[in-house]
Amino acid sequence: MPSTAHAFVDATASDGALRRFLHGLPGVDAVGLEARAAALGTRSIKTTSKAYAIDLAISMIDLTTLEGADTPGKVRALSAKAVHPDPTDRTTPTTAAVCVYPDMVATAKAALGGADVKVASVATAFPSGRAALPVKLADVRDAVAAGADEIDMVIDRGAFLAGRYLETYELITAVKAECGTARLKVIFETGELSTYDNIRRASWIGMMAGADFIKTSTGKVAVNATPANTLLMLEAVRDFRAQTGIQVGVKPAGGIRNTKEAIKFLVLVNETAGADWLDNHWFRFGASSLLNDLLMQRQKLSTGRYSGPDYVTVD
Amino acid sequence: MPKEFNTAAFEYAPAPESRSVVDIAPSYGLFIDGEFVEAADGKVFKTVSPSTEEVLSEVAQAGAADVDRAVKAARRAFEKWSALPGSERAKYLFRIARIIQERSRELAVLETLDNGKPIKETRDADLPLVAAHFFYYAGWADKLSHAGYGSDPKPLGVAGQVIPWNFPLLMLAWKIAPALATGNTVVLKPAETTPLSALFFADICRQAGLPKGVVNILPGYGDAGAALTEHPDVNKVAFTGSTAVGKAIARQVAGTHKKVTLELGGKGANIVFDDAPIDQAVEGIVTGIFFNQGQVCCAGSRLLVQESIQDEVLDALKRRLSTLRLGDPLDKNTDIGAINSAEQLARITALAETGEAEGAERWSPECELPTSGYWFRPTLFTGVTQAHTVARDEIFGPVLSVLSFRTPEEAVAKANNSQYGLSAGIWTEKGSRILAVAGKLRAGVVWANTFNKFDPTSPFGGYKESGYGREGGRHGLEAYLDV
Repeated sequence: MPSTAHAFVDATASDGALRRFLHGLPGVDAVGLEARAAALGTRSIKTTSKAYAIDLAISMIDLTTLEGADTPGKVRALSAKAVHPDPTDRTTPTTAAVCVYPDMVATAKAALGGADVKVASVATAFPSGRAALPVKLADVRDAVAAGADEIDMVIDRGAFLAGRYLETYELITAVKAECGTARLKVIFETGELSTYDNIRRASWIGMMAGADFIKTSTGKVAVNATPANTLLMLEAVRDFRAQTGIQVGVKPAGGIRNTKEAIKFLVLVNETAGADWLDNHWFRFGASSLLNDLLMQRQKLSTGRYSGPDYVTVD
Repeated sequence: MPKEFNTAAFEYAPAPESRSVVDIAPSYGLFIDGEFVEAADGKVFKTVSPSTEEVLSEVAQAGAADVDRAVKAARRAFEKWSALPGSERAKYLFRIARIIQERSRELAVLETLDNGKPIKETRDADLPLVAAHFFYYAGWADKLSHAGYGSDPKPLGVAGQVIPWNFPLLMLAWKIAPALATGNTVVLKPAETTPLSALFFADICRQAGLPKGVVNILPGYGDAGAALTEHPDVNKVAFTGSTAVGKAIARQVAGTHKKVTLELGGKGANIVFDDAPIDQAVEGIVTGIFFNQGQVCCAGSRLLVQESIQDEVLDALKRRLSTLRLGDPLDKNTDIGAINSAEQLARITALAETGEAEGAERWSPECELPTSGYWFRPTLFTGVTQAHTVARDEIFGPVLSVLSFRTPEEAVAKANNSQYGLSAGIWTEKGSRILAVAGKLRAGVVWANTFNKFDPTSPFGGYKESGYGREGGRHGLEAYLDV
């Protein structure tokens, strides 16, 4: 985005300038951050607010399949589930998107038809990001050409950890330029960045480079989305909007498996970034098994009894 | 595109903890020599729920005759109790600790009802700490010869203990656990606005089979407290409360054989340097002054913020205060509960008015106050200097005074420029600065990049008019040993 780039023209003028900017951001106290995330995790969300949160969470899911074994059949099944998560209850909201590899975008697009469900595609040599820049950009172009509404790119963690911040920034701007109208999610792989200071710095690189979403992880490493790293990224988007007027979305991905956890994340959103982010345009869950638990809880709330895994669809 | 239902705000439906887990009797007696008895003069007083003004129970009111009776019971029990091997006393304390854990939900609800503080705090802070104190001192009971006070340190005798209303059961634990572990017997007077959890504790003593007279509980007013601390057969006086009463006790026991510990007021400085982790510092500022509605002797009631980041910190703080949830203390999502009494509310109100009258700028987030009960909005005063009353006097309520500083030297000078010296906080990412500043602060507790963290292993106590003696940790044993 030209306006974003303009706001940080000095900070991104050189590797040194960017380093000084990033290292000038307030530090993160790990104990305090985790304590705050845990404290918000004790909020008790019941009855009407739980019903609201469950529907909101369903509508925020990027229903994901990212396996070597993905087939057109699997992607079609997933797409059908995204449109009608609960075939027995047509008031259930659709998920926000399905998330697939680039070669499955066309299949997903066709399967979704006219439904209001986006197709998100991972790209840039997901999940490791270990490929040459032209290869990564070709990956993005391919997904966009196939009709992807959203691109989930990975940053080069090697470059970031080696301190080549400007290279990380420029990779994102280059990918952004290939996206056209597709919205760009930037995956940091927070489990590999390891420290909260790194996650804050990566968040700012992503936002300054024009990310539409900042996203925790690929789901392919040991530590994925956690309440603490998501809280930290919510603080980043909150501060970035206060400074630039530009709103950026957040997507925790990987490891969020049940309704209780998902609601804790929504509480984090509500009490950190605020109500403006409580909308699938600005917050997503990268998840697959989460959806069925949300559906079972939704059925419980409407019928008063638990159903069980045979009353939701496997996909 | 945003979906239609998403435009509704994420309101949290009421999530009240069940009141039915606690059974409050319509009346309670004094607990003397293992029995609940009426006061000698038959007096009673009512205890109310500060959040609703509902009368919870009617409690016997101790007078001087009851104090004498309780001290005599404690004296009789002392001989056998102090002669028990430490490992035997430990068994009772471990048993009490376990019963507290088993009954923690009931006790948390009770404490919230009688005190007005949020269930979130009684559940997650008060009760776990209460049990932890009993477990911790149970562990010391048979190891006193290794505590550094000689090979066979002796108890003092009868301890007269007077505790405040802000952490009723926790202050009881701070007093009773070390006293019993070291072989003393106790007579304890809870505050008149919060007698119930101490009376439930009396029941726990019976449940644990504690010998009669080892613990005596005397609900009552200041006159009962004075009768207790001046009783000639009391060997040890332990008081937590206001500096004015503490001074009176110090005068009263001067020249007697009594050993005294006093834990009094405070005006803690929470110092935020320009290299602080800002988001966590804001949380620490909030915890420092709004935990338990600021009714905390070690509250971080003075925010000292480096002038270069003052605006940023204040903006973040105001934004954060706007998310605080004030209301029904039994609701699990309540952050700010009720003020403990009408009297305390009047004191806070008057001091806040003085702040305004002296020209400090007052700010509170928008929030609706319940129509019954005692409530005070979280409040900030900016533009405060050392000369303002709100920077010097302990308010003991949810009122934060914000001052600025330019250099570390100035921060230390301002932090120490107080009649009190109980607590302080330091926020900086620079470890060397933490060590340098902490060493210069005259405060009993200095927290670094955190605030209001308590642990039974850590000694707690004050400098200057914040009192003397230490409670908690190995140091806490000394107050109850003849050393």
